[in-house]
Amino acid sequence: MTTAVAEAQDAHDEHHGPDKGIRRWLFTTNHKDIGTLYLVFSLIMFFIGGAMALVIRTELMQPGLQFVHPEFFNSMTTMHALIMVFGAVMPAFVGLANWMIPMMIGAPDMALPRMNNWSFWILPVAFGILLSTLFMEGGAPAAGWTMYPPLVLQTGDAFPFLIFSVHLMGISSIMGAINIIVTILNMRAPDMWLLKMPIFVWCWLITAYLLIAVMPVLAGAVTMLLTDQFFGTSFFLAAGGGDPVMFQHIFWFFGHPEVYIMILPAFGVVSEIIPTFSRKPLFGHDSMVYAASSIAFLSFIVWAHHMFTVGMPLSGQMFFMFATMLIAVPTGVKVFNWVATMWRGSMTFETPMLFALAFVFLFTIGGFSGLMLAIAPADIQYHDTYFVVAHFHYVLVPGSIFAVMAGAYYWLPKWTGHMYNESLGKLHFWLSTIFVNVTFFPMHFLGLAGMPRRIPDYSTQFADFNMIASIGALGFGFSQLIFVWVLLTAKKGAKATDRVWEAPKGLEWTVPSPAPYHTFDTPPKARIAQEAFE
Amino acid sequence: MIRKSLLSLLGTLWAGAASADWALNMPRGVTELSAETYDLHMMVFWWCVWIGVVVFGVMIISLVKHRKSRGVEPATFSHSTTAEVVWTIIPVVILLVMAVPAAETMIRLEDSRNPDISVVVTGYQWKWHYRYQDEDIAFYSSLDRPSVEARPKNSGIDPFDVENFLLEVDRPLVVPKGAKVRLLITSNDVVHSWWVPDLAIKKDAVPGIINETWFRAEQTGTFRGQCTELCGKDHGYMPIVVEVVEPDAYIAWVETHQQTGERVATSQ
Repeated sequence: MTTAVAEAQDAHDEHHGPDKGIRRWLFTTNHKDIGTLYLVFSLIMFFIGGAMALVIRTELMQPGLQFVHPEFFNSMTTMHALIMVFGAVMPAFVGLANWMIPMMIGAPDMALPRMNNWSFWILPVAFGILLSTLFMEGGAPAAGWTMYPPLVLQTGDAFPFLIFSVHLMGISSIMGAINIIVTILNMRAPDMWLLKMPIFVWCWLITAYLLIAVMPVLAGAVTMLLTDQFFGTSFFLAAGGGDPVMFQHIFWFFGHPEVYIMILPAFGVVSEIIPTFSRKPLFGHDSMVYAASSIAFLSFIVWAHHMFTVGMPLSGQMFFMFATMLIAVPTGVKVFNWVATMWRGSMTFETPMLFALAFVFLFTIGGFSGLMLAIAPADIQYHDTYFVVAHFHYVLVPGSIFAVMAGAYYWLPKWTGHMYNESLGKLHFWLSTIFVNVTFFPMHFLGLAGMPRRIPDYSTQFADFNMIASIGALGFGFSQLIFVWVLLTAKKGAKATDRVWEAPKGLEWTVPSPAPYHTFDTPPKARIAQEAFE
Repeated sequence: MIRKSLLSLLGTLWAGAASADWALNMPRGVTELSAETYDLHMMVFWWCVWIGVVVFGVMIISLVKHRKSRGVEPATFSHSTTAEVVWTIIPVVILLVMAVPAAETMIRLEDSRNPDISVVVTGYQWKWHYRYQDEDIAFYSSLDRPSVEARPKNSGIDPFDVENFLLEVDRPLVVPKGAKVRLLITSNDVVHSWWVPDLAIKKDAVPGIINETWFRAEQTGTFRGQCTELCGKDHGYMPIVVEVVEPDAYIAWVETHQQTGERVATSQ
């Protein structure tokens, strides 16, 4: 049946194939093209943000200032974070969603294809504006990605451009999220009811609701900054009766769900990969859904754990401490379920599986430091030190970014129709895993020993671990060039079969490799694939 | 300089426990609450270690035993309500065990009633200002001269040659041992944060708001910290030094400072 469908689709392609040249990419409404655009954009941003990280680590390699001035150093930390969060991690997951969700639920495309085009093409504009601030009078934004007032109001000419680019990123994310929700809720194959959806689709559905809930909050917060700066309001200015701490509350009401926006799709990717290479169904599919939903709900009521030092009432600190500790329960369920999926499976260790396994190990380490940070009195010591830097890089780099890498290797043969170079993939994996730990593990020690974050220079007792971290960072950064090489040579490998791997489950493996330009013009019978989930 | 750091790293690795403690772990500090905080930190740390040993242990056993290359046929189970209930309840119990002592410490940390001394701490870009409420003493505390000279880019001065590089001030905060010192922390411009690890105190200095915190140092000595909220270009250059002295020495210090008029007039 598959081949018959494929032939019908190939014939169809001849009439409605992609445009030629640049027009294909500018005007495309095809979910696969837009997915590719998102992924390529994300990779470019990953390297720009990574280059900034290397500026930071090169300066911090030794005590004393060797390469940059403190203002520029602060711009680098600020821009690195904004670019990695909004430019690399989030678009990467939207790219995976664009490519995979329609194919996983048996839909012909995203529900709102023109908006899909628009939500992507806003991004290069937003980041063009943000990057242009590097060349402005007063330098790029340097008040941290958290943009706390009153400091952020001391930004030079870059200030309104920062606000505008954040607005654009928010608009893009909201449109992308609406598109994903509408697609998932309306365009599933007729016999794929909600709890039978693949776990990646579930995680993205929840993520999309988080995005719609919190991106407008961020937009509101930065708009208030804008009016404080230019229109004489005093939302956050104590001199006019405003409250600088209110900004922090609003920001983190966005910011905490935001960190789950960056990790829930990663949970989804890993939950697809581990069963495939364990040759065993995902353990506790439904409880994974409930756990992801609980994490999403809790993310709205823990924001002030970023603010244990701002001077909150005792009762407030207690509430946020207990609520934060609770997150460990559903997160634990996820980790236990992944381990239970592997248990008594028949595992092989191709590159996607290696990245997924490293994700489980290293994300869990980030989870442990997260639990330590939840303990409010201890957090007062950890807060704004390198311990926090170590924590969130553990959940974001070997967490989110490893999941993106795992997903890229996992679905690459489906996208290109060819197997990537497995030994280069493994080399990329091992170098990344070793260097990511060399970079970020010593940061725990630095933080505990008393090194604050966001400082361009430090006292001499912090020199050794900074040297190690910097060597690791350079190693990690250059290892990523292997990934680029793997992508550039992706079409040189052997032809991929339609199923690609030995035992993958899901509708995306029922279409040919490479996936034709249009898939599922008629809704498939999903039950055949679904039965595998039971 | 690279060789110097590598050598000193080797030195750290082989050195006695004392120096390793400082390099690897949170200091135990010199107040009752800093010790309690340290104990909490270690308690949660060890819980994490044991959970990690179990979870990673099971995972590693699985990675070794359940591989296709050993000819294992995959099992087909996909859920177990019992297992899932168990691994939901056990973490809840562990969390309760952690939450109780954490809450107790939190309550004590916030109890700044009946202080012996009150000092108003004001953050400036980029220095601290201290005003003793009951004495006629007020002064700014900025980065010490040798560090100021060594800090510019390519200053030609090796930071390893500067004693307490970036952690020394011209005028430290002086407090007596055993006294309950209440700090009233605010800021004149942007948000700063006042942190001394050995006192286990970190409190943001927010313009327009006066935050309260306290400590009672049980040992004399010099304790160093830094501003921990990004406050602009010289955020890394506004250290904090607290000198805890014997009560007699403190009284003598107060008298000399009031007489010599070393205090700096401020708008406050």
